Amino acid sequence: MKATRRIVDKVLLSLTTVAVIIAIVPLVAIIFYVTVKGISAISIGFFTELPPLPASKLQPSPPGGLGNAVQGTLILVGLASAIGVPVGVLSGVYISEYGRNAYGNAIRFLGDTLVGIPSVVTGLLFFGLIVLTFRSYSVIAGSIALGTLMIPIVSNTTAAALQAVPNSLREASSALGVRKWRTSLLIISHAQSSIATGCLLAVARIAGETAPVLLTAGASNYWYSGLGAPIASLTYYIYNYAVSGTSNWVNLAWAGALVLMVVVMGINLVVRLVTRKKYTYG
Amino acid sequence: MARKFSKVDSIFRFLVLAVASAIVVLTVIYFYVLIKDSAVTLRTGLAFITGSTWNEEKGIFEVLPELYGSVVTSAIALLLGVPVSIGVAIFLSEQCPRRLRFPISFLVEMLAAVPSVVYGLWGLIVLSPLLEYKVYPVAQSYLGFLPIFRGRIFGLNFMTAGIVLAIMMIPIVASISKDALMAVPDSQREASYALGATRSEAVRMSVLKYARPGIIASVFIGFGRAFGETMAVTMLIGGAPDIPKSLFYPGQTLASLIATSYADALTPAYRSAVIEAGLVLLLVSFLANVAARTWIVRVTKGREAASFA
Amino acid sequence: MSASNEAKMNAVSLNAWYGAKQALFNVSLDFVPNKVTAMIGPSGCGKSTLIRCLNRMHELVPNTRITGKVLLDDQDIYSQGSDPADVRRRVGMVFQKPNPFPTMSITDNVVAGLKLSGVRDKKRLTEVARNMLERVYLWEEVKDDLKRSGASLSGGQQQRLCIARALAVEPEVILMDEPCSALDPIATAKIEELIASLKEIYTVIIVTHNMQQAARVADYTAFMYLGELVEYGETSQVFESPKQPLTERYVTGKFG
Repeated sequence: MKATRRIVDKVLLSLTTVAVIIAIVPLVAIIFYVTVKGISAISIGFFTELPPLPASKLQPSPPGGLGNAVQGTLILVGLASAIGVPVGVLSGVYISEYGRNAYGNAIRFLGDTLVGIPSVVTGLLFFGLIVLTFRSYSVIAGSIALGTLMIPIVSNTTAAALQAVPNSLREASSALGVRKWRTSLLIISHAQSSIATGCLLAVARIAGETAPVLLTAGASNYWYSGLGAPIASLTYYIYNYAVSGTSNWVNLAWAGALVLMVVVMGINLVVRLVTRKKYTYG
Repeated sequence: MARKFSKVDSIFRFLVLAVASAIVVLTVIYFYVLIKDSAVTLRTGLAFITGSTWNEEKGIFEVLPELYGSVVTSAIALLLGVPVSIGVAIFLSEQCPRRLRFPISFLVEMLAAVPSVVYGLWGLIVLSPLLEYKVYPVAQSYLGFLPIFRGRIFGLNFMTAGIVLAIMMIPIVASISKDALMAVPDSQREASYALGATRSEAVRMSVLKYARPGIIASVFIGFGRAFGETMAVTMLIGGAPDIPKSLFYPGQTLASLIATSYADALTPAYRSAVIEAGLVLLLVSFLANVAARTWIVRVTKGREAASFA
Repeated sequence: MSASNEAKMNAVSLNAWYGAKQALFNVSLDFVPNKVTAMIGPSGCGKSTLIRCLNRMHELVPNTRITGKVLLDDQDIYSQGSDPADVRRRVGMVFQKPNPFPTMSITDNVVAGLKLSGVRDKKRLTEVARNMLERVYLWEEVKDDLKRSGASLSGGQQQRLCIARALAVEPEVILMDEPCSALDPIATAKIEELIASLKEIYTVIIVTHNMQQAARVADYTAFMYLGELVEYGETSQVFESPKQPLTERYVTGKFG
């Protein structure tokens, strides 16, 4: 074989290694900066206090935290899950257990497609439907928008989890004369950990959403004050403080990013390690 | 085996059917509401996306610069991100030692878990100064003969937004492409090796060609994501509604227009313009996803049919 | 066994492993040039592993290793300086399931290997494609539609296309790993006819689970069992007067 062919082979094969390095360097850099800059700005007060004033000559490091933002994100994600999880799981059940027909395929197809729609569009939808109608940003609008984003994700992962349950179980169950709905519940309980996994990943995803939250839940510098009122969120403060140019606010943005990353990456890490184990050991 | 008709069965069936229909209803609502709420600017027809006038007093809102920004930043992201993603996919599917496959694909997938706003924060404070002072000047000294790399260098510009979009696109494109590559039967690789192909030749002559529909679909899906990505781009593109010759100048995208102006949109025409910008995003990303999925289905169906003929 | 200098290929004390599992035990075997040698034996006997060792396809499976030598014209194909890609050009292979490249036309399938070695001349490529398709008796069936995908042919045609593809790189030895197991009887008959004609130019080594097929096409037959070579000789001898009791029980259908 000609030497050039051998060299071309070596070069091309090492290019893919370079690609892997290029892909991983940003991740490492982001984790590094968020950790280093975030840790120095984090304290107990971060979770318990309201946002500080901007730093000034008189007061170079005014006290304060993002307690209201942590609270707001928890409330929004909690309420969104209350919408997204049941709707998503049930529609996943339909797709997997009842959807072997054109309508089921259409739902599956639209579900796949909805996952790819920019979240800002969902924000805009409920901005138009709820915020403009009631003339106020609100927890309700924010939760519905985030819950809507969860539905196709949860539905897809649930359908996939159910379809992974061996068909023999369904057949065994119906052969015993068990009714279809009971069989479905049996299948669901069999796949419950994969379904929970999918829900957790959806939670991780929406916890990091910014644009749809801005457009629906708005922002607030205070604690939660009712379902009909705007509410603070971590992502809003990360965005707003990052672009503020004020040093103590930028530091808080890093701290907020650290908290968010720990939660979001933590969920992903645990879920993937656990599911991997399951796949490897049967 | 005679089973009585079960009421609970039909109730349960109806329940899941009704809930699943939420996805269909939702799809319809997306289009219906966005079309209804953008009626004012929709009446101006194509001028909305072909004109550049933005005049609040006269109520003229046209978004060609924003459309340009979305297209250009997505194009940069594709140009930079797709080769890297395909490289990653090839590495994972064809070269990676088994022990490393999980940790590496895990790390790459973690890129998708980083929230958009964190990309924005990192891009704004860490990456953009680095690019502005260390990378862009060098790039300009070599590529300055091209108009797109000429002129003054800003830190927040099309290029910075495009680069971060490329990073954000990698996990999506790489994982779909990887699935496509791993679905290529080993008999195809063996066929190439048996003809005396080197590893890279086997990848090029059989594996990549066989997996091409899946890879193209991954690019469509990646494009759909990049086109509608909002926060990172809003924080990194600089926010100037212009169509400059240089990629080192600040710009604006449809998504960043929405994120920065929804709160100021107090007149019906202004509000309609912001919502129509969302409608364009919806249409483009919807079509990109539909294209990707029908493409995969059509091509793979044809192939299976052919191989059993 | 015959002296090595007369053989086209020799396996010398060959052992092969998949991970910790040993698949071949000390196999030594000489392949006579311009003859068809069949490897028979029950499934799992190591016959496929053996021929995959003959062109270094075995090592493509992760965690495999071998010891011993495989000589091709008295040169060890596993020696330091030997390149697997070069070995595979000289020792071509046809697989159990036809595996044409579905994205390539019939012509492109045939000349795929040739293009790898840098042949770009259109005229030459079409010429080779035609010659090879004629050699595998496929030309008349496909000549009006050479632009069709290789995957659009019938199973038997696909397998002949794969043989043409293997021949186009001008190998010296052709390995066939159960080439007819996915085919119907008529297609099988065509391939067997083809194999008989191939030995004029090439040394052919075929793995088959079908004893009648071995009896029909092979000049020499090797019987393997549990990774060991039990008996090797002229086909008529192996089938009619086997020396080993195990061979006799196998060829008379008592097990396997």
